[in-house]
Amino acid sequence: MRHSTRLPLYITIVTFFVAYAACIFQFPNMLSSRVVANLLTDNAFLGITAVGMTFVILSGGIDLSVGSVIAFTGVFLAVILRDTSIHPLAAFAIVLVITTVFGAAMGAIIYYLEMPPFIVTLAGMFLMRGLAYVLSTESVPITHEFYGWLQSLYWKAPGGGRFRITGLLMVLSFVAAAIALHRTRFGRNVYALGGSAQTAQLMGVPCARTTISIYAVSGGLAGLAGIVYSLYTSAGYSLATVGTELDAIAAVVIGGTLLSGGSGFVAGTFFGIMIMGLIQTYIVFDGTLSSWWTKIVIGGLLFTFIMLQKGLAWATTARIPRANVSAARS
Amino acid sequence: MAVDTPPVLHATGISKFFPGVIALDDVELALYPGEVHALLGENGAGKSTLIKCLTGAYSRDGGTILLDGKPIDPRDPLSSQAAGIGTVYQEVNLLPNLSVAENLYLGRQPRRFGMIDHRRMVRDARAVLAEYGLDLDPARLLSSYSIAIQQIVAIARAVELSGKVLILDEPTASLDRDEVQLMFSVIRRLKARGLAVVFITHFLDQVLELCDRATILRNGCVVGTRRLESVSQTEIVTMMLGRQLEAATKHHDAGPPGKLLLSLRGFARRGAIEPFNLDIHEGEVVGLAGLLGSGRSETCNAIFGAQAADRGTAELRGAPLQIPNPRAAIRHRFALCPEDRKTEGIVGDLSVRENIILSLQARQGWFRPLPRARIEEIAQGYVKALDIRLANLDTPIRLLSGGNQQKALLARWLATEPDFLILDEPTRGIDVGAHAEIIALIERLRAQGMALLVASSEMEELVAYSSRIVVMRDRRQVGELRGEAISPTSIIRAIAAEEEAVA
Repeated sequence: MRHSTRLPLYITIVTFFVAYAACIFQFPNMLSSRVVANLLTDNAFLGITAVGMTFVILSGGIDLSVGSVIAFTGVFLAVILRDTSIHPLAAFAIVLVITTVFGAAMGAIIYYLEMPPFIVTLAGMFLMRGLAYVLSTESVPITHEFYGWLQSLYWKAPGGGRFRITGLLMVLSFVAAAIALHRTRFGRNVYALGGSAQTAQLMGVPCARTTISIYAVSGGLAGLAGIVYSLYTSAGYSLATVGTELDAIAAVVIGGTLLSGGSGFVAGTFFGIMIMGLIQTYIVFDGTLSSWWTKIVIGGLLFTFIMLQKGLAWATTARIPRANVSAARS
Repeated sequence: MAVDTPPVLHATGISKFFPGVIALDDVELALYPGEVHALLGENGAGKSTLIKCLTGAYSRDGGTILLDGKPIDPRDPLSSQAAGIGTVYQEVNLLPNLSVAENLYLGRQPRRFGMIDHRRMVRDARAVLAEYGLDLDPARLLSSYSIAIQQIVAIARAVELSGKVLILDEPTASLDRDEVQLMFSVIRRLKARGLAVVFITHFLDQVLELCDRATILRNGCVVGTRRLESVSQTEIVTMMLGRQLEAATKHHDAGPPGKLLLSLRGFARRGAIEPFNLDIHEGEVVGLAGLLGSGRSETCNAIFGAQAADRGTAELRGAPLQIPNPRAAIRHRFALCPEDRKTEGIVGDLSVRENIILSLQARQGWFRPLPRARIEEIAQGYVKALDIRLANLDTPIRLLSGGNQQKALLARWLATEPDFLILDEPTRGIDVGAHAEIIALIERLRAQGMALLVASSEMEELVAYSSRIVVMRDRRQVGELRGEAISPTSIIRAIAAEEEAVA
């Protein structure tokens, strides 16, 4: 019972390793640094998005706009690099400011107008997707040499795996988020909000600042994910990453975070992402399965993990002793 | 406690008006360091309003609050807490998803190099809680501990943050006996540390056991402040209820009761009602008397299965009976008119006719609708029999006056032709005329051979219709009055437990 909040995290981690072992058993080639490196590279943008989503869901909210924000970021970068001579680093800075401010604005609307996050971020989703269309309806290729240089940066591990800078960015995002969530007052306030916003307010948590920061973090990380995605595809396309927000939510939930907020770990989200990536890799290795099997398996996993959380919650509350009087008397 | 020292908190002339109501009228409250001060009064006396004015949850309309001699003007609970007034409510206002230590230190966690120092926080929390007599692991989740422990953690947080005045609003309401003692030991420690503690509760026993002084409120006014060692319990009850102990009103002779209908043995529900025995006969009205929170409604709900008893046995006409939920009770021809008709009884937007047949239809099953003519007959019959005044049967029930709503609710249950009718506060919030009619109706039903259990806070009313009165205090039966022994005075005495009730 002591570790009841960590149990879902452990279960996710164990699930990942068991699944990976099963994959290796069937396809021994999957045990290679290439597979691991590709897991990180292919899922980098989704992982970074899911980090932001973990903040939002821990606080009891939801952010449906992130998929559109990624697409907008990609199109924005592609268009600005095509039409101006601005350096990509400057363009990165501009787009990160835009997406962070956009997230903060949604957070402010959610807090001050007391609107449900679902509706506000749904509006944000349409808004960002629409803006991406306005910039360009076509897929715009990115051919800047700085992009080529960034893409050529990798560390070649023994076994041929190429660990790229985007994968590193994702891992760094997870580490930074874990520190922020567990070792700063802001992070603990995120959990407090997720426990009960009303109680948190009564206990002196700066709810306005925290809510706005949470959605700013989610928007900013979606922007970063957009940058990573543009590096990954070398293009900006307004129809890209439709539904990515749902993949991110699925990763967070599979990672053991309670959808109602207040309980969970960003490390779980990492393994949630890895499990989803592993399923895709398995399907590639198998070669005969339709890629839709990814969705089916993720659906099944999601359902299992929700059931698991329900069961754990039930088991924990059922076992609370009525009073610890004997231990407490002095 | 030393009265010659200046009060730590002195509120004078506190007034609060709500539209059409004077909630607090020129109230004075003085708290001295090292005392436990009870705030007493029936519901609606103004206890909560006073507390909310002190903590800034309400802005008061008049009066001054002096804390350590300096005027303060709290605008919200956080600012009053910063000034030195901490509050703990009945429902724990902490975060169950965080650890005990984090709940203690949220917003002021110890930090090292800008990062929260978890180890130090847990160590400090352990030391703080040890002062409250708790030896527990503060790294564990708050929700892994019982409500009593959570309540004490809430107290510890409030004291750590404020440290002068601690207001406890019904902290023991959902605790059982051992837990209450644990809570008391914590409060006594705080008292020894020189804090002024305000203790609000409906349990007079707890007040007498724990508190030094009491301020008694009634209808928004202070009736008096007394040192508890110098007053009797009867005096306090009289002050709270504001009733003169007049001679007994007329009491009818109900004659011998009929056959034994329902027999309860050791009936109890943890945290709600202590074990009790009760026999109810046909043609008998059993009154349930007691102060608010004494367990009257809980008894009614336990018998009806609304909050099912977890211990004890029941026999109906000698045959064993299980009442796990209201459906089972209704099947055995029980009926319960709940206390709060607005939230538990009427369906406001449905017509009077629909409200009346609701329970009968529910018992029939929804797939066997009552014929229209039969509905009309039943509804018309009861409207006439109970003299419910309305334009027509299609009127939404919320448009009716309180008394007529209550009668329509009664009609709903009478339509199921119950053998055993439980009425919880049948006359609350209705006018004098309707009041008399409902009392007459109870008498009529009894004469027809129905068994009734009526819980009420109106002593005169209980005296008027009860064949027997069971007196409750602190969720226990403390006495039973019969025949000539029934009078408002004897009920109040029994509540105050100054003399053993004569059976």
